[in-house]
Amino acid sequence: MRMKMKAPQNAGKLLKRLFGILMKHYGIQIVIVAVCIMISTFANVQGTLFMKTLIDDFVKPLTEAEIPDFQPLLMEILRVACFYAVGVLAAYAYNRIMVNVTQGTLKVFRDEMFQKMERLPIKYFDTHAHGDIMSMYTNDTDTLRQMISQAMPQLFSSAITILSTAVCMLVLNVPLSLLTFAMVGIMLIFTQKMGGHSAKYFMAQQKDIGGLNGYIEEMMEGQKVVKVFCHEQDSVEQFNALNDQLFHSAYQANKFSNVIGPICAQLGNVSYVLCAIVGAILAIGNVGGFTLGSLATFLTFNKNFNMPINQISMQMNSIIMALAGAQRIFNLLDEEPEVDDGYVTLVNAKRENGALVPCKERTGLWAWEHKHQNGDETTYVELKGDVVFDDVDFGYNDEKMVLHNVSLYAQPGQKIAFVGSTGAGKTTITNLINRFYDIQDGKIRYDGINVNKIKKADLRRSLGIVLQDTHLFTMTVRENIRYGRLDATDEEVVAAAKLANADGFIRRLPQGYDTVLTGDGANLSQGQRQLLSIARAAIADPPVLILDEATSSIDTRTEKLVQDGMDKLMKGRTTFVIAHRLSTIQNSDCIMVMEQGRIIERGNHEELMQEQGKYYQLYTGGNGTQLAGA
Amino acid sequence: MLRTLFRQIKEYKKATIATPCFMLLEVIMETIIPLMMAAIINNGVEVPGGDIHYICKIGGYMLIIAVIGLFAGIMGGKYGAYASAGFARNLRKAMFENIQTFSFSNIDKYSTAGLVTRMTTDVTNLQNAYMMALRMGVRAPASMLCAMVAAFIINARIATIYLIAVILLGGILFCIISKANKYFHVVFQKYDDLNASVQENVSAIRVVKAYVREEYETNKFAQASAKVYNMFIQAESVLAFNMPVMNVTVYTCILLISWIGAHMITAGNLATGDLMSLLTYCMNILMSLMMLSMVFVMITMSIASAERISEVIQETSDIQNPEEPVMEVEDGSIEFKNVSFRYNKKAEDDVLKNINLSIQPGEMIGVIGGTGSAKSSLVNLISRLYDVTEGEILVGGRNVKEYDLETLRNQVAVVLQKNTLFSGTIYENLRWGDKEATDEECKRACKLACADEFIEKMPDGYNTYIEQGGTNVSGGQKQRLCIARALLKKPKILILDDSTSAVDTATDARIRKAFAEEIPDTTKIIIAQRISSVQNADRILVMHEGKLEAVGNHEELIQSNAIYREVYESQTKGNGDFDEGMN
Repeated sequence: MRMKMKAPQNAGKLLKRLFGILMKHYGIQIVIVAVCIMISTFANVQGTLFMKTLIDDFVKPLTEAEIPDFQPLLMEILRVACFYAVGVLAAYAYNRIMVNVTQGTLKVFRDEMFQKMERLPIKYFDTHAHGDIMSMYTNDTDTLRQMISQAMPQLFSSAITILSTAVCMLVLNVPLSLLTFAMVGIMLIFTQKMGGHSAKYFMAQQKDIGGLNGYIEEMMEGQKVVKVFCHEQDSVEQFNALNDQLFHSAYQANKFSNVIGPICAQLGNVSYVLCAIVGAILAIGNVGGFTLGSLATFLTFNKNFNMPINQISMQMNSIIMALAGAQRIFNLLDEEPEVDDGYVTLVNAKRENGALVPCKERTGLWAWEHKHQNGDETTYVELKGDVVFDDVDFGYNDEKMVLHNVSLYAQPGQKIAFVGSTGAGKTTITNLINRFYDIQDGKIRYDGINVNKIKKADLRRSLGIVLQDTHLFTMTVRENIRYGRLDATDEEVVAAAKLANADGFIRRLPQGYDTVLTGDGANLSQGQRQLLSIARAAIADPPVLILDEATSSIDTRTEKLVQDGMDKLMKGRTTFVIAHRLSTIQNSDCIMVMEQGRIIERGNHEELMQEQGKYYQLYTGGNGTQLAGA
Repeated sequence: MLRTLFRQIKEYKKATIATPCFMLLEVIMETIIPLMMAAIINNGVEVPGGDIHYICKIGGYMLIIAVIGLFAGIMGGKYGAYASAGFARNLRKAMFENIQTFSFSNIDKYSTAGLVTRMTTDVTNLQNAYMMALRMGVRAPASMLCAMVAAFIINARIATIYLIAVILLGGILFCIISKANKYFHVVFQKYDDLNASVQENVSAIRVVKAYVREEYETNKFAQASAKVYNMFIQAESVLAFNMPVMNVTVYTCILLISWIGAHMITAGNLATGDLMSLLTYCMNILMSLMMLSMVFVMITMSIASAERISEVIQETSDIQNPEEPVMEVEDGSIEFKNVSFRYNKKAEDDVLKNINLSIQPGEMIGVIGGTGSAKSSLVNLISRLYDVTEGEILVGGRNVKEYDLETLRNQVAVVLQKNTLFSGTIYENLRWGDKEATDEECKRACKLACADEFIEKMPDGYNTYIEQGGTNVSGGQKQRLCIARALLKKPKILILDDSTSAVDTATDARIRKAFAEEIPDTTKIIIAQRISSVQNADRILVMHEGKLEAVGNHEELIQSNAIYREVYESQTKGNGDFDEGMN
């Protein structure tokens, strides 16, 4: 359980919003639940009132009567039994309905969170820890479950019980009622004090558990290094310090919350005793018609009155935690989604008399449908894969620019390679073409259209991307490849796999194309995962490709397959490639040498070698001795 | 399993015993109160004219009892918290300490995420269940028993009704819970799957967005979440019976007692005050039963956690220190004698097959071979990260199994393929190699590993803070820091397991040159994918499918070995690396 708990400042607003959502989706059910809770509470109160009548109106006369007649008592019991039956039915009804309300609301939250998450810009994922995002689906949703399914109905029924018993008590006897209220006041003061302490330590506990969690994660991740360096003793010592801290806060937090119960219970007993004594005195003196039966009833009311207050105090912690969780979930739901003001869309096209016209069926020919904003004119531009960067500046935040004055042009079918050190800005450039991030200054044009005008979905559909981290999904190999184009036939899937050189190993998998991949393709080798991601890009058949060559070492044979697959994929497409391999670089139409966010050299291999600049240095290994026999 | 866990109670045994004792005291006090209540009514109120004196006297006793109950309750709560938090602390400690003794093959069995969950969520579950069991597990049955006894004392006939009610209600609750448990078992698995798919989506968000599959994923998720929703409804609607069943029992009891009680009072067999006490006990008994069923649910839910925890605690390392360990390594010579190795005893095939090899101190050895050719397995045996299955390995002329593990591993420094830096400054990271290393020594090691150049360019130099997992340095920089860290051990044998793959070729060459010049007496074993990294080694081992295919220097192998030649040619005919030379 990893949870960042902060007592939310705007608890009222949060509750209102939470309740608003509940009412919106389950308004009728909640009204029914409320009514059922009331019925079941009133049935209970009826039962308690019955004790008064039982002793005063039935038992006493019966003992005094010569020939006791049990008929009226039987009738009374039957009458109460009916009340009880209704109460039980109501109790079942609201418990059962609450299951739907709770789980349904959680589903609503989960679905909305996921839907929202999918619409968030890449920036959100780059700036938030993935564990933190996950924790909203697990920990925070769990706290909501607690609150909706337990705390809320209990609070409501407690409130009703308190109100109705308070009224009954006041009707029975005013001074005794006041005495009971006074004791409850004392109880509340204690609860608040203890609850405050306990909440403080619960927060400390969450913080400590987070700290310990981080330490364990780091040490487990590096456990082999710990062994190799015989660092076991030191890591145990550090762990113990953190562990002891957690022990302390957990102990204190639980201590204070454990103590609330007994204090309330015993104060309740004291209240009971006081009422008994005072009530007995009143009953004996028969002050204001107060009878023994009334006292018995009153004492039951007294107990019924104290119990819900005890329960409310116990629920406070879970409500504070749930509000903290709700706050985090609402933060996610309130995030600004990815904006898309693009209006240029991608359509299937065919040529009629030399002019492009849109059509429904897939023709292999695509066109940008440009509905001009001034006037009703619509023009069609063929999708070719012509990309131009014009004096682009970019930074992940406004303070620090990562790219400066980047200009480049790629004609359809050209291969553009980026080389340079880590952090030079190569990956950043590829993030801009598909508008994962928006540029601060300058222009990027695609087939002559400013990319800002193109609908993001259509822009991205026209770009293929093969990343270093492959990311496969938990589904069959076939479905993973089809991810590139959902309406692809089985034959097309196999064709794409063949193009990517993936067909061979796929057929050797236990269930071939129907083998289910799990855990990001954990059962495949790095090279095989790459082949699949190439196949996935191949089936999408995009005019423009963005490739990030893997640096990680795969063995020579698989590497050759990957290389070959990539080459086949690149054929005839405009390709931007973050290159690490000589062959890729040498075959490029243009090589961009990047350093600190600027393009410092550009040209093809021969030109750059002649220039004898940075590229030459890199290529020759910087010390005159040529690299790897080239 | 339980014994393993309970052994970790240790210093919290006193608190563990004290908690139920105090709870028992509290229960006894709570049971006495209704008895006194009855006494007040029967002997104080019912008598003609009333006996105020008696009422006050008994009321006074009741107050005293309430105070004792309060004290017991507070102490019970305190010790309960102490015992359970302490138990949790010891469990975490036991797990962590045991993991530190794990061998590599033990570590391979568990995932990081799995271990983290065991040490946090699972322990918290168990901690809560333990506290619940200590406090309520004793309190509920005791309170039930006391109330039952008291009820029998007052009136055996009516008390029998309770007994029947308890048995009936207990049986029904048990059925409900065990049925729900069966459902929950499945539901939680599905729920985990759902969360796993969210996790997958978060990490693959770039792919989702690149292929414009937001809607597709949202639909996929909505379907899965609907499935989870339906299953939860199924499971929880069973539990929804709990409350009404409980109500029916209580109400039936109350009505029955009223009816029978009225008859008995009329016949003079029961006092009015007693009837009231009996009704109070009725509530007590059935509430306790409800409480007990909750404890039961919590304990069953924590059993899975308990199993996962005890699995880690019980895992014993398969590599143990010898009884009389040798504390010094003579020199950096290595000898493999008929070595075969497999990771799992049950595996069919050996990973390494009958390796014979002798390496002189100070030699530089290169290792080349495809994925799965067991290069890493070969070197991992030298520092006893795994034990050989057959044959033996000698370091400095002695079997590695004779050495003290720490001595051996300090003298045989391995730079792992999948390496990790830890959060802390560069100095702190380097001093993993040698705690006492001076700043000068650290800098010298970095110079050897060609890490000094980039460290000195950083604003805080050697005091630069490395983030968890070393995310704020590049791959090549990380590798060089890891090499420097290993060098600080001043080992007799240094093993680099593909540790310069992200370092550019020129720097790679300089590192190797520095090794040859500055630490000539150290035996160096370098595993690499690039021929250029091993080209200048004294001897190169060519591994192929677990066998030592060929040994020789570059020229000899080019001539005589087909595999080596193929790798060499593939890398020189335009397929070589063009790596990040500006790190």
